[in-house]
Amino acid sequence: MKRLVITLNLALFVFLGSFRILGAADPVLINGAGATFPYPLYSKWFSEYRKVVPEAQFNYQSIGSGGGIRQFLEKTVDFGASDAPMTEEQMKKSSIPVLHIPTTMGAVVLTYNLPGAPSLRLSGAVISDIFLGKIARWDDSRITSLNQGVELPGTAILVAHRSDGSGTTAIFTDYLSKISPEWKAKVGAGTAVNWPTGIGGKGNEGVTGIVKQSPGSIGYVELIYAANNRLPFASVRNKRNEYVIPNSKSIMAAAAGTIKAIPDDFRASITDADGKNAYPISGFTYLLVRETLLKPKGPYIQRFLKWAMTDGQNYAEALHYAPLPKALIQKIEAKINGIRFE
Amino acid sequence: MEFDLSNKSELAKAKRDFHPGDRIFGRALMLPAYSLLILLVAIALFLLHGAWPSIQRFGLKFVFSSTWDPVREVFGALPVIYGTIVSSSIAVLIAAPVSIGAALFLNELAPRRVSEIVGHLIEMLAAIPSVVFGLWGIFVLAPWLRSVVEPALGRFFGFLPLFQGPPYGVGMLAAGLILAIMIMPTVASISREVFHSIPRVQREAALALGATRWEMIRLAVLSGTKSGVFGAVILGLGRALGETMAVTMVIGNRSHISASLFAPAQTMASAIANEYAEATSDIHLSALVGVGLTLFVVTFIINAIARIFVWRTTLRWSAK
Repeated sequence: MKRLVITLNLALFVFLGSFRILGAADPVLINGAGATFPYPLYSKWFSEYRKVVPEAQFNYQSIGSGGGIRQFLEKTVDFGASDAPMTEEQMKKSSIPVLHIPTTMGAVVLTYNLPGAPSLRLSGAVISDIFLGKIARWDDSRITSLNQGVELPGTAILVAHRSDGSGTTAIFTDYLSKISPEWKAKVGAGTAVNWPTGIGGKGNEGVTGIVKQSPGSIGYVELIYAANNRLPFASVRNKRNEYVIPNSKSIMAAAAGTIKAIPDDFRASITDADGKNAYPISGFTYLLVRETLLKPKGPYIQRFLKWAMTDGQNYAEALHYAPLPKALIQKIEAKINGIRFE
Repeated sequence: MEFDLSNKSELAKAKRDFHPGDRIFGRALMLPAYSLLILLVAIALFLLHGAWPSIQRFGLKFVFSSTWDPVREVFGALPVIYGTIVSSSIAVLIAAPVSIGAALFLNELAPRRVSEIVGHLIEMLAAIPSVVFGLWGIFVLAPWLRSVVEPALGRFFGFLPLFQGPPYGVGMLAAGLILAIMIMPTVASISREVFHSIPRVQREAALALGATRWEMIRLAVLSGTKSGVFGAVILGLGRALGETMAVTMVIGNRSHISASLFAPAQTMASAIANEYAEATSDIHLSALVGVGLTLFVVTFIINAIARIFVWRTTLRWSAK
């Protein structure tokens, strides 16, 4: 009996205690939805940020960029997230002015399944012709001439691409459209395109599955995914004719090389960037917020964005993302400071 | 109280007035029955509403043209309709004989213990999540198809357009096989129930008349359960038509009609699953809802055909 009383008292104590903790500061629940690509970084951010501002509780659903933009336009979330910036058409459709806040950068890499997993060198023209189906064999002279000393098999190339709509596809096809007029005319750029050849896998894991299972295949995946799964990937020739290995440094170089060309609203493509050691298939990912944030959540969102531009950037590299260049951060911070509330 | 039971309306009236409690109970059951119907209509209306912009823009061309290009906003669903029907047909062609055979064996020939254990195991197959089937498909089935089955089929049956082209592993054949495995437990366990419903005396009567085992199965079991077994196959087909995850993982996802079963294809359900999350333009979204509507209609038509078929076989049977 006595033990029961003690247990009950203890339960009551814990119960009331939990109310006290909640009462300390009312939690502010901030909802967001969108891109899957930056999700590992964002979830790290949100958990770290709770140590800084405990009452700000972020709830982020990684439902894909398209869904993020849609939910943001329908005002069901406080912020959206997208790998590709909103199009003019979407901006016009929005009843509220939208701010694009670049948060981090990533790269798309070409991974392949070849005997001995050699390190390949590829150029934009060769990549686009492979994905157009015009270069169909590994021992094609256009590939071998870039890779002297590498023994390439005389087998057919199997192209693997994403079957689901994806920001990764958007960056990759944007790059190919810049490099190859034929690609631009025949296929174009977008989150999902009409692929001229190859087979589609769902998600990075789907493409990786096909590449790992099929000798002679080539596919494109996010750098983070390739790095975490230790896939071989190609170095790609950039505008300055350098063959660049994708990593945080070479992505930063791509952003730094294009910084003058980045417009005031940050809606920019940094593929095929002109810069020393710039990896040419890189891209930003964005948070979408209203230009005039609503109270009472607004100040919390603004404060979080400021944190993301400063302390938040330190978490990027460990997760294989690239931190934003300093010069760009200054511009973004000015934009964040200009946010008004109503 | 006496009723003229031959008079139908009076019989109905008698049934109705028998107990007030029955009436209330009857009414109460009407609600779920009709709400299901309303739900069906509501889904159809929602799909129609969502697909309306693409119906207006493409009209009937939507189901008869074969280009699916989100960049140029040209949407034709023919390849995904084709992919759905062909992959499901492969599944049924493989699954139906195997699972009906399994059900017959378990119910008529196997010792009771074996029949119980194996029967439970087959039913457990139905509980495996489809994503697990998909993973197995990518990592086990597809490589096996690529390295063993497809080259062999190509060598011996390569004169048929069905088995031409490079073996990728993933593709229409892989999707059909995965679907076959997935619908087998459904077809097998329902067929088993159907066979089980035949009274024992009927079997014994057949045997007593000097029928062999096979004749007994044919005369006493199979002939009376045709429509039930057919219904089981149709339920399996229904699952195959709508299956999404596992198919998406092994079919190769290419909106393209190819005679070869080795080639990658795309089904309606997998097209929606692939593109819905990232579709941003209104017409792309609407086209995907249009694919959903088409799937709804196709499933409806197939079910209706099956229903008619079952009716006709049972009618012919009762006429005999």
